[in-house]
This record gives sequence, structure tokens and C-alpha cells, in this order.
Amino acid sequence: MKHHLFWPLTVLALLLLFNLLYDPSFFSIKIRDGHLYGTLIDILNFGAPLMLVAIGMTLVIATKGIDLSVGSIVAITGAMACLTISKGADQNALGLVLTAVGLSLALSLALGLWNGFLVAGVGIQPIIATLILMVAGRGIAQLITSGQIITVTSDRYEYIGAGALFTLPFSIFIVAAVFAAASLLTRKTAIGMFIEAVGNKPVASRLAGIRSRSVVIAVYLFCGLCAGIAGLILSSNVSSADGNNAGLWYELDAILAVVIGGTSLNGGRFYLAGTVIGALIIQTLTTTIYMTGVPPEITLVVKAFVVLVVCLIQSESFRKTLTHRWKTRRYPAEKELTRHA
Amino acid sequence: MKATKKKGLAMLASVMLLFSAACGGNNGGTNTPANNNGGASTAPTTETSASPAPEQTDKQITLGFSQVGAESGWRTANTQSIQDSAKEAGIELKFSDAQQKQENQIKAIRTFIQQKVDVIAFSPVVESGWDTVLKEAKDAGIPVILTDRAVDSSDTSLYETFIGSDFVEEGRRAGTWLVEQYKDASEDINIVELQGTTGSAPANDRMAGFAEVIASNPKLKIIASQTGDFTRAKGKEVMQAFLKAHEDIDVLYAHNDDMALGAIQAIEAAGLKPGVDIKIISVDGVKDGFIAASEGKINFIVECNPLLGPQLMQAVKDVVEGKEIPKRIVTEEGVFTSEDAKRELPNRKY
Repeated sequence: MKHHLFWPLTVLALLLLFNLLYDPSFFSIKIRDGHLYGTLIDILNFGAPLMLVAIGMTLVIATKGIDLSVGSIVAITGAMACLTISKGADQNALGLVLTAVGLSLALSLALGLWNGFLVAGVGIQPIIATLILMVAGRGIAQLITSGQIITVTSDRYEYIGAGALFTLPFSIFIVAAVFAAASLLTRKTAIGMFIEAVGNKPVASRLAGIRSRSVVIAVYLFCGLCAGIAGLILSSNVSSADGNNAGLWYELDAILAVVIGGTSLNGGRFYLAGTVIGALIIQTLTTTIYMTGVPPEITLVVKAFVVLVVCLIQSESFRKTLTHRWKTRRYPAEKELTRHA
Repeated sequence: MKATKKKGLAMLASVMLLFSAACGGNNGGTNTPANNNGGASTAPTTETSASPAPEQTDKQITLGFSQVGAESGWRTANTQSIQDSAKEAGIELKFSDAQQKQENQIKAIRTFIQQKVDVIAFSPVVESGWDTVLKEAKDAGIPVILTDRAVDSSDTSLYETFIGSDFVEEGRRAGTWLVEQYKDASEDINIVELQGTTGSAPANDRMAGFAEVIASNPKLKIIASQTGDFTRAKGKEVMQAFLKAHEDIDVLYAHNDDMALGAIQAIEAAGLKPGVDIKIISVDGVKDGFIAASEGKINFIVECNPLLGPQLMQAVKDVVEGKEIPKRIVTEEGVFTSEDAKRELPNRKY
């Protein structure tokens, strides 16, 4: 039995190996303006929002749920933050930026709570419950921005998504903090076990004394918050909010990252580290496509093909069939022998 | 326990109220449900009457206009222009927002036919599937004008004219400027291109027009071309990858301003000067693009003008008076260098 991170890591290594052979400068990292500069840093920086959303999504999926609304929450929080800042007299004022961040995060928590309420309180199936906010959320984001792209000029706000700390992008530290918090909470306290229990059998876990409802609400709340932070990073990275396009199809990439990371959509088990690697695989793949000059008409096909291969080699039964075929290839005589024996 | 649950419910309810209040506030005008005999009517028709008096004289022209939606700043400016110039021209405008859905647009056109407007104008959401409803308009004797986007119907008698930008021409203009700039170049000029959404008409045409013109100079080479989905975030991400993959980029051609703005951030992060180390050409001419151009960060902007209201109203009047009008009216559009942009910036409406 191999470690659960074996296959995701192998895939990531293969992708990096391909880049090394294709163009070794992929790995070159230089110091520019006092911070590190290179493709690998870009992958970490642009992958940060996806990693955050995927971390939140992992816990939701662990309870056998799914959250389709994360892309919309990304758009709403980015819009909210940029609107607040653009309304201020001095866009660079620390107080204003903190208010904007606080306000948008509070909003993302409220949206997460709304999802949790629909799923756990009202009992709507997760895919439908979150679909509501997925559809409505884009509209809300466009209401906030009044259909325009809001541009802000605030160095302090820009720092969240484009600033550097200890020569590394600041967003990486946010991801690290959220990841550490999620890992500690789920693996060092009983919460992780509660989540897995609820994902396995909600009724049994409730009979065993776990407050399934609170657990479910908590994971949607956390997922909303993660999406909210991702929204801040995305919008601050380009210093603007685009209600129409920000975080479009993010929910699908996040679900993909979770699945590549080894978490089953059936719930009951989850691997946070796997998810982070899954998100890195997706971002590395995207960057690789840009760098190697794959024509835009077929990028999605290339992406789909790689994802298919990744999923296949992760599947145990597929690997078994493959190895079985390999072992029993082209030996009719031997087959004959075993049949008669 | 029960009390907290109730409190939570009340809070949620108030949050929802807040959102719905916001919805109501945004609509502004009076919402009159579309007068549809078929029963189901969802297309919201906002009536903006040009004359303050409700009674109409027989001479006043009524124009039914179905807009795509409000998906971008460009579109909002387009809507604004049409509403303003209708008021100016004394034409009564029945405005309907299709919210990006063809079925809403078809419903709106049928409503216009029943209301017996004088002229119907619309920006088709998609290119195909208009024959039936346009035939209905033709049978009712109502002339149809297309704005901004075309339909692929083979029967051109279904509409009077198509007013809109020529995307291929926009690409050609961008290319012409570049050819002019580098006519004396002795070594290869490396161009990277940020395409719009793959498969969309503006992306295809702007790419084709540009490629056609720069082919005249073999020194001008497009070394990389990738879609940036017309958004800043993608523009930045793709440009960042381009900068790592290619050492010597001389020119960036972006299919819209937003991608160029994202790319400018990537270029600055790479320690280069946008507009100087890498020349930037972009299309559209939205306000943020103009600001960047006036700062010298974008060297050349090809305008894609949304303010086609005045031309539309002129065409409407001509059609009603029975004048012969051309099948294709190209919007009046300019090109702007950094200096032009500096001068023009205070006058920009969108």
C-alpha cells in the first residue's frame, strides 16, 4: 500500500520533468527588485487562489457535499472589496483597506452560512443548494459593480495578491496559514473525525452523538471563507474587480484539484495535502500550456487529456487491469497450461 | 437553542431582503411586463418615453430596441448612447434587456411586433436562429436594423441594415500602425498576441485583420499567441508566462484593453517598462485603457466605438421616410496614439 500522496506527487514530478526537458529555464529563479522571480514563483502565486478554494472544497466534499458557489463568492468578495476601496477618499488608507477586507470576508462568511443553512437546515441536496448561489452570485457581483470593471489604485490592497514578503509572494503565506489552520483543526482536534463520520453516515454519526448539522454548517462556512480570501487575492492581483469573469468556472477546477488529490467524492475521507498538490498540478499544467505555445483552440483538449491520464493512473482497478494484461500478454501456451492444470 | 435558531432565521431573512432591495434599486425605470398574448412573459421591458407627455402625436417614431445585456462597460456605454440619442432625436424608445438569452430577445421582438412599433433594432446575442422571428417582423411590415453584431441568415431582405464595427478593419488598423512604426527595422520584431475568447467573432476577426497587414513585412513575427479571454486576470497570467518563455518580446498586440491592462502589470513586475521596452497595441478604447495610454503605457489604441446611437437614429429616420440606405453601416471609429489619448481623455464618456 503506497502513501496516498504517491500518485499526485508522481504526476506533478512528471509535469515538471517535461518542462525541464522542454525548456530548462522553467526552473530558473532570479532576484528582481528584492523578490524572487521565475515561473515556479508564478505558479505558486497564481495557484494560491485555487489552492485556497480547493482546501475549503475538500472539507465540504469530505461531508459528502459539494459547493458549486465558490466561483460566485470569489466574484462577490472581490467586487465588494474594490467597491469599498473605490468609494474611499484616500484609497491607500490602511483603515479603508482593512474595512474593505473585513467587510468582504464577513460577506463571504454570510454566503457560506447561507449554503450551510440550505444544506443542513432546510435539507436541500448540496449540489442544488449551492447551485442557487452559483447562479444568483454572479448577478449579485454584477449588482455590486453595476456591470462595470472597478479599478482601484491602492498599494496596500494590491499587496494581498501581488506583494512580496521575505522575497516570496504574500499570497503563498496566506495559503500556508489557511492550510496549517485547516490541518491542525482537522487532524489535532476531533473535528476532522466528525467531518469524516458525517460524510460516511450522517444518521449513524448523529446517533453516536455528533451534531451533524453544526459540522455541515461549519464546513460550508469555512469553504465560503476560503473562497472569500481567494476572491481578495484574485482581485487585488489585478487591482480590479470584474463581476462577470472573476472566478468563472473556479468551482470545477477546485473540485478537480480535490479529486486529483485523492479525496473521494463519496465523502468520508479527505487529504488536504493531496488537494494542495492537485491544485499545483492544475496550475502547472496551465502554465506549461502557455509556455509551450499550445494553440488556444486545443488547450482545453490537452488539459482534458492530461486530467484523464491522471485520473486513470490514480484508479487502482485500472492499474490492476493494466498490470494483469501486462503479465498475461502473449503466452498462449502458458495460458493453456494453467487452464488444464 | 430554539431562540438562537429563530434569531438566525431572522438574520438570514433580513440579508435576503437586503439583496432584493438592491435588485429593485438597480432597475431604475418603471418595469412593465411584456404584453405577450402567448401567456408566459419574462423579458423585462423598460419603457423610456422620450416625450414627457404621455399622449403621442401620429408623427412620432417608435423604436423597439433589444439589447444583449449589461455584461461590460462597453455594453453599458452602448445602451446609454442609444437611450440618449433617441431622446435627442425625439424617437420613442422601447428598451428591452435580453440578459444574454436569445429566447428573451425573440420574445421581446414578438412583443414589439404586437405593439406595432415603427422600427425594430437589436444586437443579436448569437448569430443563428433568427429567420423565423425576422420573417414575422417582415410580414408585419416592420423594418429591422441590426446593431453591433450580425446574424448569419442567408436572406438579407430580412433586415434593412447592419450598423456596427468592422472587427477585421480594427485588426488591420492595428497592423498598419505597427508596419509604419517598424518599416526601417533591420532585425526581427517579435510580437506576442493576446487573443480574445477563443472562437468569438472579435477575436477571430481582429487576429485575421492584423495578420493580413503585418504579412507585408517579413521582419514582423508573431512568436506567441494565446487566449486571455478578454479579461485582466488572464491577460496578466498569460503575459507573465510569455515573458518567461520568450526573452526578447518587442511588441504586444492585445485584442482588448482589459487584457492589455493585465499584461502591463505583468510587464512591470518583470522589471520592464510597458510602452517603452515592449510596445503595446490594443483595441476598444475604454476609459482605463485611455488612462494607461495617456501615461504612455499603451502606445496605440484602435477604437471600437459603442456610441452608435446617433447613427442608429439617423438610420431609423431614413428607413421610416423610405430612403434607400446601405446594407452595411460601419461605426465611426478613431485610432489614438499616446499623445492623442492624453488630449482626448477628458472627453471620454465610457
